[in-house]
Amino acid sequence: MKKNTALYVGCSLLIFIVFCAIFAPWLSPYDPYVQDLTNRTVPPVWYEKGSWAHPLGTDQLGRDYLSRLIYGARISLLIGLSVAVISGFIGTTMGMLAGYFGGRIDMFVSFMVTTRLSMPVILVALATVALVGGSLWVVIMVLGLLKWDRFAVVMRSATQQVRAMEYVSAAQSAGASTLRIMLTEVLPNVLPHLIVIATLEAASAILLEAALSFLGLGVQPPLPSWGLMISEAKSYMFFSFWLIAIPGSALALLIFSINLAGDGLHQLLTPGERA
Amino acid sequence: MVTDEIVLDVQGLTVDISTPRGTLHVVRDISLQVKRGETLCIVGESGCGKSITSLSMMGLLPKTARRTSRVFEFLGEDLARASKQRINDLRGNRMAMIFQEPMTALNPAYTIGDQLTEHYRHHRKASAQEARLRAVELLEKVGIASAAERLGQYPHQLSGGLRQRVMIAMALMCGPELLIADEPSTALDVTIQAQILRLLADLQDELGIAMVLITHDLGVVARIADRVAVMYAGQIVEEGAAADIFASPQHPYTRGLISCIPIPGKTMPGGKLGTIPGVVPSLIGEMRGCSFKDRCSLAQERCSDTIPMYKNIQGQQWRCVINQSNQSGAGQ
Amino acid sequence: MLAYITKRLGLAVLVALTVSILAFMLLYLSGDPALAIAGEGARQVDIDMVRKTYGFDQPIIVQFGNWLFKIIQGDLGQSIYFKTEVGKLIFTKLETTLLLALYSLAFALIISVPLGVLAAIYKNSWIDRLCLAVAVVGQAMPNFFFALILIMLFSITWRILPVSGSDTWEHFVMPSIALGYYAAPAFMRLIRAGMIEVLSADYIRTARAKGLPTRSVIFKHALRNAIVPVVALAAVQLGFLLGGSIVIETIFALDGLGYLAYQSIIQKDFPVTQVIVLLLSVIYILLTLASDIANAWLDPRIRVA
Repeated sequence: MKKNTALYVGCSLLIFIVFCAIFAPWLSPYDPYVQDLTNRTVPPVWYEKGSWAHPLGTDQLGRDYLSRLIYGARISLLIGLSVAVISGFIGTTMGMLAGYFGGRIDMFVSFMVTTRLSMPVILVALATVALVGGSLWVVIMVLGLLKWDRFAVVMRSATQQVRAMEYVSAAQSAGASTLRIMLTEVLPNVLPHLIVIATLEAASAILLEAALSFLGLGVQPPLPSWGLMISEAKSYMFFSFWLIAIPGSALALLIFSINLAGDGLHQLLTPGERA
Repeated sequence: MVTDEIVLDVQGLTVDISTPRGTLHVVRDISLQVKRGETLCIVGESGCGKSITSLSMMGLLPKTARRTSRVFEFLGEDLARASKQRINDLRGNRMAMIFQEPMTALNPAYTIGDQLTEHYRHHRKASAQEARLRAVELLEKVGIASAAERLGQYPHQLSGGLRQRVMIAMALMCGPELLIADEPSTALDVTIQAQILRLLADLQDELGIAMVLITHDLGVVARIADRVAVMYAGQIVEEGAAADIFASPQHPYTRGLISCIPIPGKTMPGGKLGTIPGVVPSLIGEMRGCSFKDRCSLAQERCSDTIPMYKNIQGQQWRCVINQSNQSGAGQ
Repeated sequence: MLAYITKRLGLAVLVALTVSILAFMLLYLSGDPALAIAGEGARQVDIDMVRKTYGFDQPIIVQFGNWLFKIIQGDLGQSIYFKTEVGKLIFTKLETTLLLALYSLAFALIISVPLGVLAAIYKNSWIDRLCLAVAVVGQAMPNFFFALILIMLFSITWRILPVSGSDTWEHFVMPSIALGYYAAPAFMRLIRAGMIEVLSADYIRTARAKGLPTRSVIFKHALRNAIVPVVALAAVQLGFLLGGSIVIETIFALDGLGYLAYQSIIQKDFPVTQVIVLLLSVIYILLTLASDIANAWLDPRIRVA
């Protein structure tokens, strides 16, 4: 068996990050919200002025950066998962309906997808958050309601392929109801594609939330969203670049591991396709 | 008109392809010669290595293939040691090749005229005008009407037969001395097949080029070949003048092939057609002795050792332990 | 070919119409737009006046009709915050954003085409793996983080590029890199896949059999056929770049549409936001239309039917 390095490395990293997020209360040395104004912008331990008391230093309000980093993982992972679930549900339903029934339903769904693709996502998300008010759940809902397009497209073509298979016509002639066929015959066979797209969309959602929070229209302070942390540290960039580098690298690492795992899954679930 | 000048001289050509399951000995120690004005047909079933042989002569083997030879000369020049640049200079220029599938052998994005003239301009440093004139000349020679208009057309606008004619014209643009044709008529309709073969024969007569024609169809061989080389499992098992091969085939495989052809008048309707039982052996790994022995009704103990190549007075050669010319009823 | 264009045009118009409806509806997300404009703590009298001025008391269909009608005639409305015509506002900023998007696309293509071709020619070798690794890493980097890193390196540490403003071409170097790099991996993969498929085609073997030089085989024969899907993707990516410029423009203080959009959102300047959303969507629709037509044109089988 050819070694699927992408899958191993990606999943290992991802599991590590998930582990940190789940066990955040036990792993973080401090409460991420507690301010310590006497210890502002202390550099990480590898700098001259740093110490092991705060291994990754503190931010401009004296909050321990390591703790904020670990709790920030929770936010990113929560966003990724929730948005993937919501948009996945919407997109998969639309895609499967379009792929299974074809005809007018297909035309309608394709039209919806084209329309959705024409709209600038960031702009619409920003405007919506500005109007409704920024919070973790608003961000999740907005992104979930906007990012279903790739699910719809891929699930549609996957469903079309499966629909042409014999076991579907066999079930149809056996008199099974459409819903039953979709759930028991079609869904299990399009599941691999669904999982791969879900990982990619989760990564994309995490990046979008980071961008929204960076612009101030996403998650609100004092939540330790990594994007928000970068935004808050902007003005301190010149003297304390690590305030930006640490959450930025964490974001990059998380996305990297998700993409890698997604690539690995893709290789695993669709054998014989080498990129 | 066959002359005595040897255009292509190949001795001991071997091609190995490395695959995950082992080394594939696709072509094993074959030797052949083609003279100016002569048509050599390499005939054999699918997988016998004839296409690989033709590709190796043009230096178009895949990266995973390794070619070795004792002699590999084109008009006296050693091709085995020639540089990549030199081979490229010869290709399309003095040695040309046409392929089996005319539908996919032409680039759909460029016009016929462009594809006809590009290598002529490259090899001969000709101007666009000169190249166009030459292209029109050759298109007419291969029997394409309104040649000048055709130059501006795209491949998808031509039929299969027309495209193959264009391929032939393209191969002849620089006036090559050797033409290798890999199953040129196989993908075409039966009526077009005859036309294309006739065209090739006429062109050869007129231009005096040496031609190597690969085919699996003995009918084609009968129509066009001066000499025949029969290939089986990567080896040439019999070789000689076409008339001799058909009149008195020596190797059991050749005899089997010929008996498979129904002959109007002789073969009774409803009668049995000849077949050769068994399948071609695997080409991976060590191969000793005759590769046909498992399917041959005349197989003996000796067949498991190295098989010598016999030669009779007419110049016919065959690779078999049986060297009597008058063994009847063989190969069934 | 003409029939194809007409059909695609019809579809484009339909999509544009739907988007305009959605852009218009954006206003109503907060519930009562009059309240949102008047601000919290406004008196009922003020809210009512706002409602009357902006016509919020009329049925939604009528409001939408008026709005759309005016836009088609060229009257893009009045900006609440900037107190000038929206049309004028957008017109002055459009050039900057277009330049940024084009430069970014150019950058993405400049790095992705050679890498994609190399990866395809040396398929499965270390070169190929390196290119893919670069692609994966590139896609993991959030663009605002990358932008800040670039600023740190080029402006602060090495002092060779300016941080903000949009006067000279040098001002566009970092923003283009920061915006364009994210699109590069997609192009690279596409070119690689396309080239791999094309390089195994029969007509490539024919080209080699004719003794053509390698660069001719790769660029004239192979790339020409592999590039077709890239054109389609380029148009789509241009649309995304236009929309995604908002973050980059804000960081580099480029006075373009993106930054204008950001300001209008923060200031609750609805007329501007709506028009920008509509404009970007229409541009995207036109771009995909153009790319579909270009695709069809590039394939002689469709062009010369």
